[in-house]
Amino acid sequence: MPQRRSFTLASHASALQHHFENIEQQKDASTIGMWVFLVTEVMFFGGMFLAYFVYRQAYPAAFASASNKTNLYIGAANTTVLICSSLTMALAVHAAAMGKKNLIVLFLILTLLLGGTFLGVKAYEYHDKWVHHEVPGRNFDCEGCTDAAHTPLFFALYFGMTGLHATHMIVGAGIIIFLIMKARKGVFNAAYHTPVELFGLYWHFVDIIWIFLFPLLYLIDRSGAVK
Amino acid sequence: MITAAPPVTPKKNYINATEGLKSWLLTVDHKRIGILYLLGVTFFFALGGLFAALIRLELATPAGDLVESNTYNKFFTMHGIIMVFLFLIPSIPAVLGNFLIPLMIGAKDVAFPRINLLSWYIYMTSGLFVLTSLFMGGVDTGWTFYTPFSSSYSNGYVVATGLGIFISGFSSILTGLNFIVTIHRMRAPGLTWFRLPLFVWAHYATSMIQILGTPVIAVTLLLLVLERGFHIGFFDPAYGGDPVLFQHMFWFYSHPAVYIMILPSMGVVTEIITTFSSKKPFGYTFIAFSSVAIAVFGFIVWGHHLFVSSQSVYAGMVFSILSYVVAIPSAIKVFNWTSTMYKGSVRVTTPMLYALGFIGLFTIGGLTGLFLACLGVDVHLTDTYFVIAHFHYVMVGGAIMGFLGGIHYWWPKIFGKMYNEGWSKLSAVVVFIGFNLTFFPQFLLGYMGMPRRYHVYPPEFQVLNVLSSAGASILGLGYLLPFCYLIWSLKYGPDAPPNPWGATTLEWTTSSPPPTENFEVTPVITQEAYTYAPEEVVHVG
Amino acid sequence: MGQKSFQLFPEAASTIAGQVDGLYAYLVLVSAFFSLLIAFLIVFFAIKYRKRGDEIPAPVDEHSIGGMLLEIVWSVIPLGLSMVMFAWGASIFFTESRPPADSMEIYVTGKQWMWKIQHNEGSREINELHIPVNRDIKLTLTSEDVIHDFYVPAFRTKTDVLPGKYTTEWFRPTKVGEYHIFCAEYCGTKHSGMIGTVYVLSQEDYNKWLGEGSGEGSMAEQGQALFNQLGCGNCHASLINKGNGRCPNLNGVFGTTVDLKDGSRVRADESYIRESVLYPQAKIVAGYDDIMPTFKGLITEDGLLKLVEYVKSLGNPNGTQTSVVPAATQTSATEPKTRQQDKTSPQAGSVPRNR
Repeated sequence: MPQRRSFTLASHASALQHHFENIEQQKDASTIGMWVFLVTEVMFFGGMFLAYFVYRQAYPAAFASASNKTNLYIGAANTTVLICSSLTMALAVHAAAMGKKNLIVLFLILTLLLGGTFLGVKAYEYHDKWVHHEVPGRNFDCEGCTDAAHTPLFFALYFGMTGLHATHMIVGAGIIIFLIMKARKGVFNAAYHTPVELFGLYWHFVDIIWIFLFPLLYLIDRSGAVK
Repeated sequence: MITAAPPVTPKKNYINATEGLKSWLLTVDHKRIGILYLLGVTFFFALGGLFAALIRLELATPAGDLVESNTYNKFFTMHGIIMVFLFLIPSIPAVLGNFLIPLMIGAKDVAFPRINLLSWYIYMTSGLFVLTSLFMGGVDTGWTFYTPFSSSYSNGYVVATGLGIFISGFSSILTGLNFIVTIHRMRAPGLTWFRLPLFVWAHYATSMIQILGTPVIAVTLLLLVLERGFHIGFFDPAYGGDPVLFQHMFWFYSHPAVYIMILPSMGVVTEIITTFSSKKPFGYTFIAFSSVAIAVFGFIVWGHHLFVSSQSVYAGMVFSILSYVVAIPSAIKVFNWTSTMYKGSVRVTTPMLYALGFIGLFTIGGLTGLFLACLGVDVHLTDTYFVIAHFHYVMVGGAIMGFLGGIHYWWPKIFGKMYNEGWSKLSAVVVFIGFNLTFFPQFLLGYMGMPRRYHVYPPEFQVLNVLSSAGASILGLGYLLPFCYLIWSLKYGPDAPPNPWGATTLEWTTSSPPPTENFEVTPVITQEAYTYAPEEVVHVG
Repeated sequence: MGQKSFQLFPEAASTIAGQVDGLYAYLVLVSAFFSLLIAFLIVFFAIKYRKRGDEIPAPVDEHSIGGMLLEIVWSVIPLGLSMVMFAWGASIFFTESRPPADSMEIYVTGKQWMWKIQHNEGSREINELHIPVNRDIKLTLTSEDVIHDFYVPAFRTKTDVLPGKYTTEWFRPTKVGEYHIFCAEYCGTKHSGMIGTVYVLSQEDYNKWLGEGSGEGSMAEQGQALFNQLGCGNCHASLINKGNGRCPNLNGVFGTTVDLKDGSRVRADESYIRESVLYPQAKIVAGYDDIMPTFKGLITEDGLLKLVEYVKSLGNPNGTQTSVVPAATQTSATEPKTRQQDKTSPQAGSVPRNR
């Protein structure tokens, strides 16, 4: 159980919602709420991970050759960008705990920029796939792919999983903007910074999803062993 | 038991606290949100019931002489989708759960009141999607949306309907999330887990299923919508996919979903049985843990919907044995309810009639589930009317009887009015008779081999079908009656006292209807649950 | 199809039907017992313990009436009864999933909204299945479009019929007669119109019926014609083709275990043959290159079944099993069980290439 500090600052009282007895109960409830929400997100992505595992096991050659069509270096760079954004987010949470308004805003802006970079690179990758006829649908034509009948499954999962991930990042970006606005008004301080903390949980979760997606989508059989 | 002062509807309660449509549409009061949900689910129940009436009307004759096949196929699809997603899943949790859980635990509201309101708007939006798709022409895939028919062959509005159901899932998730946090963190002082009303335990278990299962149907429908739009091949073998994968993913949620539909109802039944036996529930701990056991085991039996789907024999055996295991906690509940009445002081009021009806009909429904869990017999019975009879016994004879029982039990608390006991008892009996006449013949039809979702059927099945359709008209009447006398009671019924039934749970210690803030002072609990003695709860300022 | 009169219980016309009915009787008895018991108890308690006057009953001490023991007893007894249901049902299911080795094979293709049935000897039927009584019949089924289900209530069996896959169903009819075939997986507009009739005939009548056959030759013969027409023989060796050595030899391959290039092994059954024709790149045989083109779009599901039958016949130099058994002999198969052998050495006649 985290240590509870009780303060009686004016801003503390204003943050307390009417149906809670005290600010500790409110923070506790919000924290459990965010964790429960993240559990639902695990199950949500889980469905696509299941489809991925089923089809990869059924068509290993198709998945291996299709995975080699992704750009390893861009993917790795993007992974680094996202991990850095998690660092800046953690720093933002820490700044909020310290009550340092300017630092909170700075780190939130950095997180936003890094997240935006990730999304921009992703958009480039999507465009690149479109141009090379690697988007499933009528114009699909995977050049040099083994087991062409089943490679669309890989790409469908690629777009589905990274698309869902990107959607979560876009929503996250919107929330960061909202938090920046609140931070600038001085809403967050040592006693009350729950929204920043809980959003941090969400952002780290989205990062972790990517950490699973990267090897599953970009790193299959880079050594060329699967026939 | 609280002996009553002359009952008087208090001047200020949550209903008249503020006026105007906006105060209702922007409310964050869990009680008002419960009423908003009541309006929504009642509308969709009526709509789903209309489709049921059309189905039974068509099936009174073997030939397809009422409507053409495509239209009939839309009837049973819309009936299933509306009843499952827009009525049964939300009904008890979003109406009774929302209204009562904070009251039962001595709290002022749920943990996240604004999210609660949001969940209602999400629910109504999803209903709008489904209605829009209905008016555009509807969908004909069956509520189960099996591929590749739904992804590549159906001419119905699969995407619009699928999106509607996808959206409704978020309403369910948010409700469950809210309840979990509320029950964990907002209990009154002294209210330990094992002093909670069993209604609350039932909803806690239900909420677990809602948050873990619903996201999976969401992503499944999302993939289906993508498949239909872009011909990707997740589930269509023509593009490399596996249609049985869809079935696995669909049922991974939809089986636990049936426990979302029944567990809250079981919670209602426990409350009613104990109050009207004036006796604490026999085996409190067992009833509480059986709810959790059902939620846990409910997640690992989905393959019993796939016994003839080309699923492996060994997987079939695993799912079969687990399906028997999941039945045991329900049996435990039935025995405990019965034992609660033993040496009690029983009053057969309308809620009690519904609860007793539930016990009888749920027992039959649950036992027929054992037929379907049985591999050798399921090969014959799956996809026949036996399955339809089974799930209507548990969903209608069970869940809906529980819902109606709960509405009648808590009506005085929610609206501050008493309804006419004569009419309400009559309706309960009419529902019971109509229900059995509608669905018992379907067990026989099923073993005879009549498949489900059949628009036309061989003439030798007609006699049983006619019986079933006749029963449906009686059942419909039985559902219409409460609608009439309950609404009538709002204007003309006598005022309700705080505790007309002599119950012991916290909601009965406030006025009927309760004030907006629920309790003037937060209660402090010092006794075990269900203590039927003159002084049961001490209020400490 | 003659009109059936009103019945409350279906006819039992297969060996498994009797077993299923027996288990069903057990289930009905157990269910009736518990339903009536509970119904009786709640009504009885509601009357016997009805409220009299204003008293509240004294709290009953659960321990004094053996609360915990009761909970255990009424958990264990239902569990025990359920385990009997499980084991009995599983045993029937296991039997249903193992067609006898010498079953007569018939091929079924379902499509919206009809059943196409092909007999080995070449006879074809639509929505009708003529079979001899007292013979093990194994159906191999596939769909051309959506999921269907081939259900014969009188035999108490059904199986889903899937596109892109073969499923099987077997039964041994015990009574001459006519029985419903129903599609039991919703498949669109005319789902309830996708019905047919099984005609179980005496062996003598069945032989006569077969004799009136389609005249197109057996399925294997038609498959051979397709094999040549599609040019398969240019590469694959078979009984009459030399092939060119760059493709696996098909003689005797059916039913054996094949080594694949990626190190795994697969059984050469109907599904493998079908997949090899449509998706040749999915499983490359060890020692061969990925050079086979796909025939997707060039062959129908019916055609695929004929090819399968042809390849099966290559595994049996004495010709395919005939179902025309003289009426005097009621026993089944006369044919040697060459399909069950498991060869692990490379195909005779092929030249493994090193990579």
